[in-house]
Amino acid sequence: MTVILGQMFTGVSIGAVLLLIALGLSLTFGQMNVINMAHGEFIMAGAYTTYVLQKSIAGAGLSLIVALPVAFLVSGALGALLEWLLIRRLYLRPLDTLLVTWGVSLMLQQLARDIFGAPNVQTRAPDVLTGNITVIGGDDPLTFASSRLFILGLAVAAVVALSLALRLTPLGRRIRAVVQNRDLAEVSGISTGRVDRTAFFIGSGLAGIAGVALTLVGPIGPTMGTNVIIDAFLVIVVGGIGQLKGSVIVAFVLGVLQSVLEYSTTVSVAKVLVLVAIVAFLQWRPQGLYTVRTRSLV
Amino acid sequence: MTTIAPHAPSVKQLQPSKGRLAFLRPAAGFAAAAVALFAVAPLALSDFRLGLLAKYLCTAMVAVGICLAWGRGGLLILGQGVFFGLGGYAMAMHLKIADAGPGQVPDFMQLYGTATELPWWWRPFANPVFALAATVLLPMAVAAILGSFVFRRRVKGAYFAILSQALAAAFAIWLVGQQATTGGTNGLTDIQGFFGYDLDDPVNQRMVYFVIAAVLLLLIALARQLIHSRYGELLVAVRDSEERVRFLGYNPANVKLVAYVAAAGMAGLAGALFVPAVGIISPALIGIVPSIELVIGAAVGGRASLVGAVLGAIAVAWARTALSEEFPAAWTYFQGLLFIVALAFLPGGLASLVGIVRRRRASGASEGEAA
Repeated sequence: MTVILGQMFTGVSIGAVLLLIALGLSLTFGQMNVINMAHGEFIMAGAYTTYVLQKSIAGAGLSLIVALPVAFLVSGALGALLEWLLIRRLYLRPLDTLLVTWGVSLMLQQLARDIFGAPNVQTRAPDVLTGNITVIGGDDPLTFASSRLFILGLAVAAVVALSLALRLTPLGRRIRAVVQNRDLAEVSGISTGRVDRTAFFIGSGLAGIAGVALTLVGPIGPTMGTNVIIDAFLVIVVGGIGQLKGSVIVAFVLGVLQSVLEYSTTVSVAKVLVLVAIVAFLQWRPQGLYTVRTRSLV
Repeated sequence: MTTIAPHAPSVKQLQPSKGRLAFLRPAAGFAAAAVALFAVAPLALSDFRLGLLAKYLCTAMVAVGICLAWGRGGLLILGQGVFFGLGGYAMAMHLKIADAGPGQVPDFMQLYGTATELPWWWRPFANPVFALAATVLLPMAVAAILGSFVFRRRVKGAYFAILSQALAAAFAIWLVGQQATTGGTNGLTDIQGFFGYDLDDPVNQRMVYFVIAAVLLLLIALARQLIHSRYGELLVAVRDSEERVRFLGYNPANVKLVAYVAAAGMAGLAGALFVPAVGIISPALIGIVPSIELVIGAAVGGRASLVGAVLGAIAVAWARTALSEEFPAAWTYFQGLLFIVALAFLPGGLASLVGIVRRRRASGASEGEAA
């Protein structure tokens, strides 16, 4: 019984990581139709920010707390810069944004290699987050890694904050207006260019937060972004582009599926099976789990 | 929403300007390419450089398929590495079995001590005819199955690109995971023979180069025929307005499927010929990153133009060798920059420059006449 619960928790924690990674993408890809391949490198930027802060601030706990807002700002600034330099020229060509931002991601990876060196580096987790928390004691104990619980909490907080911001704040209203009808938003006096840049700032900033979380579960290296970005895109595609709700559900379902399949087969076979499941799912729902209702023929 | 249409050159612009001898122009270009590949290059280049050129020409074969599927059909395939790998592994498996000799298993299987006889799915590849057919048919079959699922349900644009990319990732991960039967991260290395010829011999390396050059020319001719056929027009129409083509009574899914399957077959053939030219096939050559790199050349040269895509692929592969030998870091920056500039500011690639210059000159000339 505890084995199953343990696997379920592993799955949920994989899902939480996926969700954190996919959340920012859901804003930039889903809301703005920009396929940002450099998102993975913004995650990397967040992770390296954590690393640098830990070098300069004594106390792993404090540096982690400081890293969250700083990584948000660093990655967000990178994102806003990218939007201003390149992406605003490409809003009507989503496939080209994919390739252009891939070029950007190549350059950022090399930059990280030149600054921090090619080998992976590691941060030290704060003492609070190194141990396990026993949920069921006794002969057959069930323990959860506290770092994983922290990531789960972070993911939930980020989702709640983002959805509240989109729903309640004036900025959120403007973002939704631009997404729904760019021209009408523009004639209503909304500066769509500024909204785009702000949305991109927030989406990229969320990548930074994800980067901070990833330092708790793995090494930091120049290629860490490439390793996670595809999974994040799959979450968005299966959840339905622009659908926060879909991303949340799919992230956890894929996480649990991955963990269950890994338990019964091997890691590499599990990856392939998850992909097969995704293709099969898209047969049933080509536009993803949740779709925007439109009258368009597409 | 695959709106590359307004930026990609239209069919009209790509057709040669009409003149009395215009029909000779593609034939002349073809002849010039044949002379360059078969006479100039082997005489001018050292054995080592010729071997490198053979490798670049394999990349160019993939670019022909990318031109067809992406430039013409608007299907951005970020997973061409999968088909390249399927072709490559099919060929390499046969060559490894042949190298090992009858009744023996390939060296890496002996090394791990796990296998004393071939795994069942290796056995058919001992037959040269089966292996050769598989290098093309296997990728085409995979593309046909996946494509018919995906296109019929109208999965397109970004969704398709990302799915194809995920496929490349999963394939590479799977190959790495099956170390005992696929060689894992190392891949299939140290291939010595090619259907009875010793690959260490420079004369035989030259022969491989000539085979590759001939196949590339053949594929270009084939793709040209496809592009200038009724089907080619239909493919562009599907790219530009899928719904209208559907209303006209065609099934866009089938049109896309043909381009996807053709591109897969070309990539498989390229992978198969890459193996004797380079002597190795490994997961590092077919994952996400190399799959996108296969797209770069075509994008830089001009995705919609056959000549542009092929020359772009060769030029970028050459630049990679030239630059990364001396400055490995600088190459990555240059590669990224190349991609950004080509796609953000010159979506038609370098090939579109020819058209732009020609149009400028034409408008300048007509103004001159008016004045």
